[in-house]
Amino acid sequence: MSDFWFRYCKNRGAVIGLIILVFVIACAIAAPFAFPRSPWSMVQRPFLPPFEMEGLLLGTDALGRNVLSGLFHGARVSLLVGLVSTIVALTIGIPIGACAGYYGNLVDDFLMRFTEFFQTIPSFALAIVLLAIFQPTLGYVILSIAIVSWPPVARLVRAEVLSLRNREFIEAATLSGQSNLRIIWHQILPNALPPIIVLASLMVATAILLESSLSFLGLSDPNVMSWGYMIGAARTVLRTAWWLSFIPGIAIMLTVLALNLIGEGLNDALNPRLRSLEK
Amino acid sequence: MPPLWAQRSYTTLQLREHILLAYIAERLVKAAFILIAILVLNFMLIHAAPGDPAAVMAGEAGAADEKFLQDLRIRFGLDQPFTVQLWTYMKGAIQLDLGYSYRQQMPVAELIWERLPATLLLTMTAFVISVILGVVAGVLAAQKQGTWWDTVISTFALLFYATPLFWFALMASLLFSVVLGWLPGFGYETIGGNYTGLRRALDIGTHLILPAMTLGLFFTAVYMRMTRATMLEISRLDFVKTARAKGLRNSVIQRRHVLRNALLPVITLAGLQAGQIVGGAVLTETVFAWPGIGRLMFEAINQRDYNVILGVFFVSAAMVLLFNLITDLLYGVVDPRIRITK
Repeated sequence: MSDFWFRYCKNRGAVIGLIILVFVIACAIAAPFAFPRSPWSMVQRPFLPPFEMEGLLLGTDALGRNVLSGLFHGARVSLLVGLVSTIVALTIGIPIGACAGYYGNLVDDFLMRFTEFFQTIPSFALAIVLLAIFQPTLGYVILSIAIVSWPPVARLVRAEVLSLRNREFIEAATLSGQSNLRIIWHQILPNALPPIIVLASLMVATAILLESSLSFLGLSDPNVMSWGYMIGAARTVLRTAWWLSFIPGIAIMLTVLALNLIGEGLNDALNPRLRSLEK
Repeated sequence: MPPLWAQRSYTTLQLREHILLAYIAERLVKAAFILIAILVLNFMLIHAAPGDPAAVMAGEAGAADEKFLQDLRIRFGLDQPFTVQLWTYMKGAIQLDLGYSYRQQMPVAELIWERLPATLLLTMTAFVISVILGVVAGVLAAQKQGTWWDTVISTFALLFYATPLFWFALMASLLFSVVLGWLPGFGYETIGGNYTGLRRALDIGTHLILPAMTLGLFFTAVYMRMTRATMLEISRLDFVKTARAKGLRNSVIQRRHVLRNALLPVITLAGLQAGQIVGGAVLTETVFAWPGIGRLMFEAINQRDYNVILGVFFVSAAMVLLFNLITDLLYGVVDPRIRITK
């Protein structure tokens, strides 16, 4: 573990990413305590610029809502959607990839054609269609993001399983009479975990970008304050109050950047062999 | 009769041609299957929508009284069994009948057809910009590895990679159009400009710059990182060492040996980009009021005009498919190894 930390911390970007992410998480946790009032409630006159009034650090938006409160509450939504949709995508992708790689032949063919299909159709357009047809609640937002983002997981897991399947310890497990399911779950997947973790951290970043794009288009839960919604709502007043779209965008960018950096750091820390090859 | 390839008159060239043809045929069949699958998915989505599909098709057309719905049901065969409906739907879609938009009082196919050129222009330009800019910057960063060139390029790539497209679109139009006034921030051409010929092309071109740059942004970053990484990786391989030992000049090695091989993953990525770029077009066209199918989709979302939404979805998926097919074929031609291993 300390070895892991050592390698992770050698990547300076990854450390910065982690600090930013911890800060965003802290904001998300602190939101209901720091801003107990709903982020939708009107607190002051509209279009109050940032740094002008005590207690309203970032001013107010077109409807007099506290921008800082929106940012804090938006952090909750972004992180929640990013995390949960990634977990859902993993639960779709891992079994498909594992089965395809482990059983091979027809199963592999069928599952991979299925995966390819989902990889071919334009993912953002599919997410839009899904949300336009079903209710735009947070649950559906998460589900549609998961539906469009699982294929890379399946392909990665399949490749990992393929490279592990013929190793001796798997043969040993087969000989010792373990069931296929048990071998996949207890022998193969733990060994395939490092690249999955790296991919997952990058997927959270992509999911956050997707969520913000969807809510920018007005396809997210209308009762939930999110960064994308804040930008979308401020779009019409871009000329007069540019900061209203600028600030939430910075929040999205920093969070996504942090997650990407963390992904790279995890990659360095979890694949030490790859690292030494690069040197 | 021995197999064709064993006959004496069968030359290597013919063999190559046959492998290439078989490869093309395989890709075409695959594309056809995916297209059919997309149609089935589209059809199922209409039926998965909560409520009566007739009501879904009518949207909030306002005219959703019982008689209107009944007409719709008969017209689209919604009273028929499921499989018959699917068949009718597919037959229609293959003949490019994508239904009717009650909002716009126009067949969906016509609406899309009208808007498609603008989208093609935008996406193609964005694609070309991102490939050129990304590869050039990536090569530069790799060759100047460790210098401030590399640092600047890599940092920008990292930032662009994390920037939400729609936000960048807003900020770009604010900066270049509102504050600096250099470029038009919305639309396809100057309204009331009535330009013709070259003037018009130039006018459209200046309108194109901001949206195309925005749409290509993310993939510029992707290509930068990719090209840089592959260039560095390939530079370490043995055949490059051999070339160096042979006494070739570094510029020749970089160009002929390294870059050539580093371009292969770019082609693979280009296939992936197609899907992203079509999705990104919805955001870009919305912000820049670009009159393409992406904006059409955005309008349709706001009006819950399901036929248009699904129509645009189908057409964009078909576009991606076509693009993938082209990159696949390109790949097969550029890299002979692919054809044989596949």
